[in-house]
Amino acid sequence: MAKVIPNRVEMPRQAPEVRGHNFNEVALGFDMELAQAEAERCLQCKKPKCIEGCPVNVSIPEFILKIKEGDMPGAVEALKGDNNLPAICGRVCPQETQCEEVCVLGKKYQPVAIGRLERFVADWDLARGAAIPELPPPTGKKVAIIGAGPAGLTCAADLARYGHAVTIFESLHAAGGVLIYGIPEFRLPKAIVKAEVDYVRQLGVDIRLDAVIGKLFTIDELLGEQGYDAIFLGTGAGLPRFMGIPGENYNGVYSANEFLTRTNLMKSYLFPEYDTPIKVKGRVVVVGGGNVAMDSARCALRLGNEEVTIVYRRSRKEMPARLEEAENAEEEGIIFELLTNPVEIYGDDNGWVRGMRCIRMELGEPDDSGRRRPVPIPGSEFDMEVDIVVVAIGTSPNPLVFTEAGGLERTRWGTVVADEDMGRATKSRVWAGGDVVTGAATVISAMGAGKRAAADIDRFLKGEIAVEGWD
Amino acid sequence: MYKILAKEALAPVVKLMVISAPEVARKATAGQFVIVRASEEGERIPLTIADYDRDEGTITIVYQEVGKTTMHLGAMEVGDELASFTGPLGNPTEIENYGTVICAAGGLCIALVFPIARALREAGNYVINIIGARNKELIFWEDKMRSVSDELIICTDDGSYGRKAFVMHPLQELLETRDGIGHVWVIGPAIMMKFTALATKPFNVPTTVSLNSIMVDGTGMCGSCRCEVGGETKFACVHGPEFDGHQVDWDLLLARQGIYLDEEKQSLERWQATTGE
Repeated sequence: MAKVIPNRVEMPRQAPEVRGHNFNEVALGFDMELAQAEAERCLQCKKPKCIEGCPVNVSIPEFILKIKEGDMPGAVEALKGDNNLPAICGRVCPQETQCEEVCVLGKKYQPVAIGRLERFVADWDLARGAAIPELPPPTGKKVAIIGAGPAGLTCAADLARYGHAVTIFESLHAAGGVLIYGIPEFRLPKAIVKAEVDYVRQLGVDIRLDAVIGKLFTIDELLGEQGYDAIFLGTGAGLPRFMGIPGENYNGVYSANEFLTRTNLMKSYLFPEYDTPIKVKGRVVVVGGGNVAMDSARCALRLGNEEVTIVYRRSRKEMPARLEEAENAEEEGIIFELLTNPVEIYGDDNGWVRGMRCIRMELGEPDDSGRRRPVPIPGSEFDMEVDIVVVAIGTSPNPLVFTEAGGLERTRWGTVVADEDMGRATKSRVWAGGDVVTGAATVISAMGAGKRAAADIDRFLKGEIAVEGWD
Repeated sequence: MYKILAKEALAPVVKLMVISAPEVARKATAGQFVIVRASEEGERIPLTIADYDRDEGTITIVYQEVGKTTMHLGAMEVGDELASFTGPLGNPTEIENYGTVICAAGGLCIALVFPIARALREAGNYVINIIGARNKELIFWEDKMRSVSDELIICTDDGSYGRKAFVMHPLQELLETRDGIGHVWVIGPAIMMKFTALATKPFNVPTTVSLNSIMVDGTGMCGSCRCEVGGETKFACVHGPEFDGHQVDWDLLLARQGIYLDEEKQSLERWQATTGE
């Protein structure tokens, strides 16, 4: 048996005191030497658990072996056989709860740094100009994909590789969805997203920007006069939730969606070279404990605010953010006010935020999510002085796309009813996947849904299956 | 992609552009808007659709050069292309036969009330249009407005053309003297809509306004444009842009329109320094 190397190879990162002032990528990636040292650690299990732990079942041991052997084209081939967007996954997947969580090495030692190795291979591929796989002859079938986010891009790439003509309709002026408006530059450089999107285009996918489905065309029109044989709906969860407390409309209160969209998509951090402004006023409070809250807080710091605080109603243990991101935020000097919940926002005479009243919380019995329910402690209210509030408490699907989409059922949370395995919706020839079905979740779970739907759409278009209940 | 086919100065600093956007034109109706981005570095701004031609595949936009983005648009010429042009967004005007209706518009917004007045007239309404501006120079589209009016009243603040009055004055007189006015539209700057809506309230005539909030995406995803109508938070982009003017919290709208005044000034000065204007 191979010698066990207990500790993983650290990936170089920008120092916290430096990175807190720039938008450059925090994690700098492996070089060949570091990657091969890490690849050496993989035990090459006969029955690899890591593949099962991956939502798109990447052939992990195989691509790691190729790195170890120094065969980079081979590593690319092994990786991209199952994953069309690996440079993104290598950066934003929560590997610690997926492939790396089940890595056999991790039982006693540190698991293999699969995410870092994936990123290394993908970046190597992009640097050389990603090779385009050979495509089968066109099938003559047309598929419309709504939304150019992780689910839509993945579904589109696979359908193109099956030989179908694919058009993606994207409402914004750039493709990528949450990868481009939500996740900040310092976690996922936009050049990487662009390169992966270009790869999808090179597979023959037509990406139509500025195209708001529900307005420009409806789902019924796409299936009717526009002549599409199938639709995949991957519009995500783009509608911001607010807290519903007094004072939420004061100047200086942002939804996380607005705060991140201005910063990332519109590049407010480069204002005035870029035209879209964002307010920088000094003291920022971000409400919420997920990755979006961490991203907002870290953006706020980098924009030049002096004091950035995360206010979260449960404890650190229940925080939905990736551990790594919460640690990154803390290292950079973000303050955490845990077990704390806002009850009111105060404004000044000009309509600007000046303060926020919060109440301390304690954890009670577990709720539906299995996490202990936060309960307010009577009489524990206190006031904070604050100039900017960012509300990052979640999002739900945007209903705009459902205009004229007869028969498409939704849940009371506004998500689309679709079967989990294949993504089939209740309307004929419509599949759905990603956040529009699950509510806000992860990039990789959306990619997994896009991939499974693509396989099912392919079988349907080739006449191999009929779907019960569809006309 | 979105080529400028025609450009015209309607008044000092008020410009019109005809944009090639066949698919948007196919769906556009009165009361809706588009989100425009002039260049790759540009911001996304909402502009109400001033006219559309389904056969030609064009959308007409009208804007006032007041800030960096509108000045940049103003500096673009026929043949140039806009970086993005997204629409039609927002809800269409609720066009019905209300009997007699009044459409009141000030300044630049004369262009924005035009498609609404036209649609109302086509629906069989008796349409009284009131258009106003600071002075004669700023009045435009008189003939075009006349073509969709049963009565047209023109006023200027300084009396240099038409009546010397604000648009709310003839509007008030009509409400006092005429029976059966079924609905009023008021399109203009927030402050004008605020006071005009206040003036129609005692008459209990439904008064629709179109809110010009700051937006980013224009599809409901950011909430930049939130406003309060009847005590409830609404997004102007997807719930509007037209709302019941008697229910709008105007002070909130005015405050939120001013969020980026400092940055807008900085952007404008930078533009002027680079272009030498």
